[in-house]
Amino acid sequence: MSAATLTAPPAPAVYTVPDAAYERAFAAIAARSGEPAVLRQLRRSAFAQLQQRGFPTSKHEEYRQTNLAAVLQRSAFALPERPGAAALRAAERAAHPGAAFGGPQLTFVDGHFTPELSRLKSLPAGVRAGALLAANDAGDDRLARLGELADIGGENTLVAFNTAFFSDGAWVEIAPGAQVDAQIEIVHLATGGAGVPTMAHPRQLILAGRGSRAKVVETYLSLNGAAHLTNAVTEIFVAENAELEHARLQQENTAACHISAVHSRQAADSRLRLHALTFGGALTRNDVVTVLHGPGAEALLNGLYVAEGRQHVDNHTVLDHAEPRGASREYYRGILDGQATTAFRGRILVRPDAQHTDAVQSDKNLLLSSDCTANADPQLEIRADDVRCTHGATFGQIDEEALFYLRSRGVGAEMARHLLIFAFAAEALGRLNPSPLRTRLETELFSRWTGLTPPEGAEASGG
Amino acid sequence: MANPLLKIEDLHAAVQGKEILRGIDLAVGAGEVHAIMGPNGSGKSTLAGVLAGRDSYEVTAGRVTYAGQDLLEMAPEDRASAGVFLAFQYPVEIPGVGNLYFLRAALNAQRRQRGEEELDAADFLQLAKKRMKLLEMDDTLTRRAVNEGFSGGEKKRNEIFQMAMLEPKLAILDETDSGLDIDALKVVAQGVNALRDAQRAMLVITHYQRLLNYIVPDYVHVLAAGRIVKSGGKELALELEEKGYGWLEPEAAAV
Repeated sequence: MSAATLTAPPAPAVYTVPDAAYERAFAAIAARSGEPAVLRQLRRSAFAQLQQRGFPTSKHEEYRQTNLAAVLQRSAFALPERPGAAALRAAERAAHPGAAFGGPQLTFVDGHFTPELSRLKSLPAGVRAGALLAANDAGDDRLARLGELADIGGENTLVAFNTAFFSDGAWVEIAPGAQVDAQIEIVHLATGGAGVPTMAHPRQLILAGRGSRAKVVETYLSLNGAAHLTNAVTEIFVAENAELEHARLQQENTAACHISAVHSRQAADSRLRLHALTFGGALTRNDVVTVLHGPGAEALLNGLYVAEGRQHVDNHTVLDHAEPRGASREYYRGILDGQATTAFRGRILVRPDAQHTDAVQSDKNLLLSSDCTANADPQLEIRADDVRCTHGATFGQIDEEALFYLRSRGVGAEMARHLLIFAFAAEALGRLNPSPLRTRLETELFSRWTGLTPPEGAEASGG
Repeated sequence: MANPLLKIEDLHAAVQGKEILRGIDLAVGAGEVHAIMGPNGSGKSTLAGVLAGRDSYEVTAGRVTYAGQDLLEMAPEDRASAGVFLAFQYPVEIPGVGNLYFLRAALNAQRRQRGEEELDAADFLQLAKKRMKLLEMDDTLTRRAVNEGFSGGEKKRNEIFQMAMLEPKLAILDETDSGLDIDALKVVAQGVNALRDAQRAMLVITHYQRLLNYIVPDYVHVLAAGRIVKSGGKELALELEEKGYGWLEPEAAAV
């Protein structure tokens, strides 16, 4: 037997080492003066992790449907400095949706905090918020908490990528007991650059104090049609008996690559409502990792993805039931047209201590063309014996019986079809608590399909 | 009847190649209420579906004339605008679309099609309130999504509410009594009776005579194996109640 036959074939490369362009870009960051030591240290270890592992390829089990390495290695990305006057003017117009809500708002352009477009003057009682770097300058060491949930040494090396390159981020802290009605907005705008696509690595740190109640919305927009990369990380801590609603709205242009990781940890009896709303992007990959870390915690994961043309959307979620009496509801809904492709992988982990867990997962897809492809991959890992866990996935066309029902009442065939598409999305939007965001999205989607302005009462909340 | 509102002649229809209707002849004049009775599988719901334009049925022969027009040539929404209404045996749940919004969209689509002015929100709401009272409907039902989470009785009530709002010329009630308890049946029947007038024709399809105690028909037809095997006055329903459908089988076979 020759030595050759004893050698195992090389394992398929699940990661590829970032090319030299990233090394040069990182060297430029590392050479920056004035960054706090804690941040420099954090960046260095993150980049070391990234170099050691690299970007995941489609050989990686978690990235089979989405080859991020292929996208990230193909082109060099520019890391823009603070926006100039022209970018600011463009950003001012785009920041409008947030502005229309009139509540507190933090605006970032290419990942840089932009106070000119933010509204932090009169924060509601019990809310503190700002940019991470500014907080650090003021002696408030928020940076030290980064990575507590989203591990830079984890399988998901995009977190390390973000941590090495992030320009700034938002932090929001809700004081214990505070009941906040205003919607707190975090808006990220990408300039897209000229020629070379830009990249931004935004960060969010959200801390909901004991017994508090609040709503936070992250919105991602492009200022033009140019390609760019967003790689965002959000960490959310929900203290005992707190209630937090967090919506992530991705409306970037259809040339963008959007990668996100949302990590949350819930203490006892807390309630977290996470909404993942994806409309834009050529390629989108969202990871959500929710840990029910105290007994009696409740989590809602509500996803809506709308993809057409050649858009690709990949949602991976992990619901980690670590303690008893947790309840999770996970509903993902996809509307696909053209040659769009989507993937959903939902993992539910029920640990041995998590008795009396009640978990429901469903992924439903509405396929509007014969060329689109939706994948669903539920993964249940149950290590406790007294639990209720259900899951289901469906792929279907417009319901013919519903179509006939509408037409039999006089609604024209085309309008009936559009109403049913809207209805499918409205069911997901109905899971958002009533808010200016929900109203705006209902209006936008109603118009998107019917071409009409919705009169009051067009939508009705879903279950 | 010189010019009946609805005239069905030798109507044959099939589902997936299987012939269900095998030569129906029926004329319904304005202001008349006709009951169609028959055992399960006799073709009652197929007849209702063909008249409303359900496309899972294939009409293989015959014709249907409605208000002088060839009904079978018309799209379902055009039939609705022309005044045809089908109260579904199984009303469809449509999560995500508000009940009242849907109804207003339907009503205004019909009005546009007929060249009438659309109803504004205030006028529509006023009309809806009046009709809701007629059906003893709870306010909350109209604020929910179309039929979503409604009980069987609530769904049927909602069908008749829609009928009251859309004011059709020809109302087809497909087993509206199925799944209703006696109180709900009375309310639904009361709603239907309030809509009886000299201009409106009704086709009441039912398996049981019970409904006809409350909606008293002018004519009763018995459908068996895809044909009308017997026609008569309201007393025919009572006879059926007493004897069942069995005694008609030889007649059905003989046709």
